Amino acid sequence: MLEANDLACLKGDRLLFRGLSRRMASGEMLRIAGPNGVGKTSLLRILCGLAMPEYGNVVWKGKDTRRDREHFHRELLYLGHSAAQNDLLTPLENLRFACDASGDAPAEADCVAALERIGLGAQIDLPARVLSQGQRRRVGLARLFLSSSRPLWVLDEPFTALDVAAVADLAATLSRHCEAGGVVILTTHQDAPFDKPPAVLDLAEVAC
Amino acid sequence: MNSLLGPFLAVLRRDLMLAWRGRADVLVTLAFFVVVVCLFPFGVGPETNQLRAIAPGVLWVAALLSTLLSLHRLFAQDHIDGTLEQLLLSPEPTPLWVTAKVMAHWIVTGLPLVIAAPGLALLFDVEQGALGVLTLSLALGTPILALLGAVGAALTLGLRGGGVLLALLVLPLFVPVLIFGAGAVDAHLGGTGADAHLLLLAGGLLGALALTPFACAAALRIAVE
Amino acid sequence: MTTDTLNRAERSRSLFRFAAPQVFYPIAGRLAPWFAGIAAVLTVVGLYIGFFVAPTDFQQGEVYRVIFIHVPAAWMSMLIYLVMAFWAAVGLVMNTRLSFMMSQALAPTGAMFCFVALWTGALWGKPTWGTYWVWDARLTSQLLLLFLYLGFIALTRAIEDSRRADRAGAIIALVGAINVPIIYFSVQWWNTLHQGASVSLTKAPSMATTMLSGMLIMALAAWAYTFAVAFWRVRSLILERERHTDWVGAELEAEAKRQ
Repeated sequence: MLEANDLACLKGDRLLFRGLSRRMASGEMLRIAGPNGVGKTSLLRILCGLAMPEYGNVVWKGKDTRRDREHFHRELLYLGHSAAQNDLLTPLENLRFACDASGDAPAEADCVAALERIGLGAQIDLPARVLSQGQRRRVGLARLFLSSSRPLWVLDEPFTALDVAAVADLAATLSRHCEAGGVVILTTHQDAPFDKPPAVLDLAEVAC
Repeated sequence: MNSLLGPFLAVLRRDLMLAWRGRADVLVTLAFFVVVVCLFPFGVGPETNQLRAIAPGVLWVAALLSTLLSLHRLFAQDHIDGTLEQLLLSPEPTPLWVTAKVMAHWIVTGLPLVIAAPGLALLFDVEQGALGVLTLSLALGTPILALLGAVGAALTLGLRGGGVLLALLVLPLFVPVLIFGAGAVDAHLGGTGADAHLLLLAGGLLGALALTPFACAAALRIAVE
Repeated sequence: MTTDTLNRAERSRSLFRFAAPQVFYPIAGRLAPWFAGIAAVLTVVGLYIGFFVAPTDFQQGEVYRVIFIHVPAAWMSMLIYLVMAFWAAVGLVMNTRLSFMMSQALAPTGAMFCFVALWTGALWGKPTWGTYWVWDARLTSQLLLLFLYLGFIALTRAIEDSRRADRAGAIIALVGAINVPIIYFSVQWWNTLHQGASVSLTKAPSMATTMLSGMLIMALAAWAYTFAVAFWRVRSLILERERHTDWVGAELEAEAKRQ
């Protein structure tokens, strides 16, 4: 479904990696590995279309993602380093805005259920500024429960700042998404309890 | 249609709600406007005829500076907390929600100036018949300032010294708006009628609405890269 | 990944990305001294005509001779902004780095001509109008053009990432170029005091042929100067941007050996 063709990434004037090609079929999960500063986040941002590769292109379902941006972004969920939470809004408001702005518009009850499931049932009406870092990230992750219709999930360090139970639940959710035919690409520092360990792409191999 | 308007309305509603929760920030812009306008008599002297003559220019320059003062806030918070990235990944066209953000920004920072201006004009003894023209010129002109300024704000997003740079970038672009805006009031007072000025401002507003969201969208994509 | 795709990638990368600046670098280096020489000769000839050959103006006396610098500088400052915007547009559409570098190499020269035009205009204004500055349409739009140049230069210098700097600069150059006619029109509306254009194509030139030829020679000198300076500047931009590539390393080594 997703093809990365001969990607090269330039940061400042340093070439981070080049000649990166990879095809992913539906149902695949891929972990991007490599030491800090090798360009894991840069690669994810290139795959999503937030950053332009220095060279090469990304193809989704046979179409260049830059040519067909709107269709590609309708099928993509990206959760980055920052939680995309505004301090003045409550988790529920932040979640609903994130969904509305991306064109999903789920019902309020579904949003509440998603937040309860990720363990924020008690914080639903508190402003985000009083939440801990881990709680903020979980608000972002709650979107996973509302976005099963988007086949491609790209997640940057989804497991950081989560407790053990939440990590297990998240890993199970990701596995289920792949079983249902989705594609998951993620970076992670810690070992997550996946039933079937994901394929690994080691960026150090293509680094310059 | 509904799906197109969805993100537009979501952004508009959220930004207005945020402005309401952070009311103090918003009032600062209005207070700045009032203070700048009130400083001029101290600079040029209390002579009524002179004050009457400079009033349109003073009100317009003050409105322009107030707009400039609040511009850097337009995308800054969303840029820091990652919301901007998520918005750029929205499948809907970027210029659409950019317009929503600018519109919310104008409602919050520009509209209060438009409403306050006639009252302040009375401090300068501006003829009452001209107040309508002044208000109308500001109502047409300040959205243009916000739209042009949004491009500058997007270009300078996250830069050191971005505020000063933003001023340098957009002030030359503001000049035509200032000329036609303040000129409208002068033309009305001079008896030639303000229609031509106001029509040009309206035309400028349409042009800015049509073009700047695209420039702004491109600038935002560059800024998050 | 197979060796074949790697080779293909290698080849096209060098063709598409690095070749253009790499090829242009020596060409610019060879052309720049020629243009500098032409500029020097034309300036001497033009100034000689302007200061010694051209007749004294019966209205303005000797003061008018400043137009031999003022008018070409004003022409050049406007033209360079348009050329900058043109390269910016080419860069945004075709995604070629050299065009961004070209527009950045031109900006300081344009700003310099703009400043010269303002300065000489003020010197001309004092004896002619009795004041260094009047807020007339052309002086004011020239001043705003200078601000546009300064904004462009400041923005491209403030952004450290060269790719972001290139494209952000290109956007502001284009926005500025769209606004230049609007600014000009609005300023003219606001105030029209200035004498009509000195050189007009539609009506017969109101000045002596020697004056006109002196001015045109000075204009050509300004063109040649712009080419020379822009080429030199674009060369150093290329070196700075591509210092991590092999060919720049080789180039610098060769340079060091020659000295």
